[in-house]
Amino acid sequence: MTTYREAVRQGMREALEADPRVFLMGEDVGRYGGAFAVSMGLLEEFGPERIRDAPLSESAFVGAGIGAALGGMRPIVEVMTINFSLLALDQIVNNAATLRYMSGGQFSVPLVVRMTVGAGRQLACQHAHSLEVWYAHVPGIKAVAPATVADARGMVLAALDDPDPVFIFENAILYPVEGEIEGDGLPLDRAAVRRTGGDVTLVAYGGSLGKTLEAADTLAGEGVEAEVIDLRSLRPLDLDTLLESLAKTHRIVVVDEGWRTCSLAAEIGMAVTERGFDLLDWPPQRVCSAEVPMPYAKHLEDAAIPSAGRIVAAVREMTV
Amino acid sequence: MTRTEAGRAAVAPVRAAELLHGMLRIRRFEEKAAELYSLAKIRGFLHLYIGEEAVAVGAFRSLREEDRIVATYREHGHALARGLPMGALMAEMFGKASGCSGGRGGSMHFFDASRRFYGGYAIVGGGLPVAVGLALADAMQGNPVVTACFFGDGAVVEGEFHESMNLAALWKLPLLFLYENNLYAMGTAIERSQAQLDMELRARGYGVPATVADGMDVLAVEAAVREAAEAVRGGDGPHLVELKTYRFRAHSLADPDLYRSKEEVEQWRTTRDPIDLFVARQGIDAETVARLEADVGAELDEAIAFAEAGDWEPVEDLERNVTTT
Repeated sequence: MTTYREAVRQGMREALEADPRVFLMGEDVGRYGGAFAVSMGLLEEFGPERIRDAPLSESAFVGAGIGAALGGMRPIVEVMTINFSLLALDQIVNNAATLRYMSGGQFSVPLVVRMTVGAGRQLACQHAHSLEVWYAHVPGIKAVAPATVADARGMVLAALDDPDPVFIFENAILYPVEGEIEGDGLPLDRAAVRRTGGDVTLVAYGGSLGKTLEAADTLAGEGVEAEVIDLRSLRPLDLDTLLESLAKTHRIVVVDEGWRTCSLAAEIGMAVTERGFDLLDWPPQRVCSAEVPMPYAKHLEDAAIPSAGRIVAAVREMTV
Repeated sequence: MTRTEAGRAAVAPVRAAELLHGMLRIRRFEEKAAELYSLAKIRGFLHLYIGEEAVAVGAFRSLREEDRIVATYREHGHALARGLPMGALMAEMFGKASGCSGGRGGSMHFFDASRRFYGGYAIVGGGLPVAVGLALADAMQGNPVVTACFFGDGAVVEGEFHESMNLAALWKLPLLFLYENNLYAMGTAIERSQAQLDMELRARGYGVPATVADGMDVLAVEAAVREAAEAVRGGDGPHLVELKTYRFRAHSLADPDLYRSKEEVEQWRTTRDPIDLFVARQGIDAETVARLEADVGAELDEAIAFAEAGDWEPVEDLERNVTTT
């Protein structure tokens, strides 16, 4: 068994070993070992040129990742949290996402950016949000959220093989979770069915997958068999897999730690309605975060984000 | 030789003609672009380089083919001086598929991979971090290449400038900062936006050696950029050259130019025009000027014909070159 943290590190290690163009750059990735200890030990293995500590200049080091990718390297840029990545939004949205298009296909940006997302550790209003949908909104970049240990490793490798900028969102509550590192070899842009069932489709990604599987177990005890789909890719969305499941279950609940308004869940609800209206026996439902900045106090934070209990309750509403 | 002396020195007639030709190409290209804008052949924002020709022509004489270029949105002069075909630039502004960016970029976003022209960036300061990364790639791969990044006085007050200066100096990257100081960030004069106007002093704060050259003097620009570029190429880390210049036209064709006096503009035009100054100082005869003008006119006619003849990208290809859904 391997932890999610070790799996991300293992993916990076394999890439660093296999390709001299790969390097890791970010705040405290080297000597400190990574703010979340993800890159611990890599400095000793690969040296300071390739495990490159960057100053607290998000815009410059994300932009430098873009430039280095243009210049023939395969950078992995680590941004400590998604909240911090907002300091680099100009580079991401105006440069990384546009360069291939804006240059008429002459340049591409094979950049990988990893960052932590999500609440659950009492980090409050500026460290714990789930803004993945901000990136999933933008054509020209790919956005993925590994929810399993195997994907934590596999997605790093797949992202590095991609000619476009790929953003990997790691929900920090997953780092100590253990699992099998061997993956199912799914392509980067495909959703995975993590549990089969015929009564309701539950869609989740990243840190919400575990809660959703827990909810499915509870529901099974009540005679409701849920199919649980792990989105894996937030952009592009694998709608075919969702619709295939919906054709069986006719009910869908989307679990999304982002805020409800303009959420990824909103997009999925609309998209399945557009393409699968006739399949629906019930309006698509969503379980999202409360519309508040993430509070510090434990009981308030717990109440703000999706929980297995809220997922179960949403399903019960639909099946009465 | 001081930089001023370099600017005053007479150069061989062939070289003088080349430099003048380079500046005339930009001047006439820009004048024609303004005309075509009023005819609605060119749309969007159009930022003219008129008045600043000596900067691009002098700088590119001192850069090498293998060097990488990051430019601004006022980059027609950079692109022409770098050798991008005039027809491809005109076609790009017409929005044609034969444009240097396939009609996706327009006036502000010229690209050419074969000439290592990494684009015009239209977020002020936004090209600087990318240039840091290009220089980092060369440093890591051991390439003896300089990345030259143009930026203006508007960028100097953006955080990205300071982050990039610090990072380039910290990592001793082969990056040449080319500061085109034309005194105005759109309508805001530098005195109204920069608390410290002395760039040598600012750069010293980051440990980046800086020099200042008269950007209206093509030979002074060439000399200053050569010296800095070769220091960078030799492993000295980043250098900065401030090129003091002035744009004779408004910020863009949408700008009524109300924030500076007509007298100020006139003063620069009549006494500091980089082309007039160069012709006078080098004693270039009228016959030579006429010959070069005729060459440029013919190239421009061909460029417009090329742009006119170009095809529009089929609408079915709207989503080409981008990962959508």
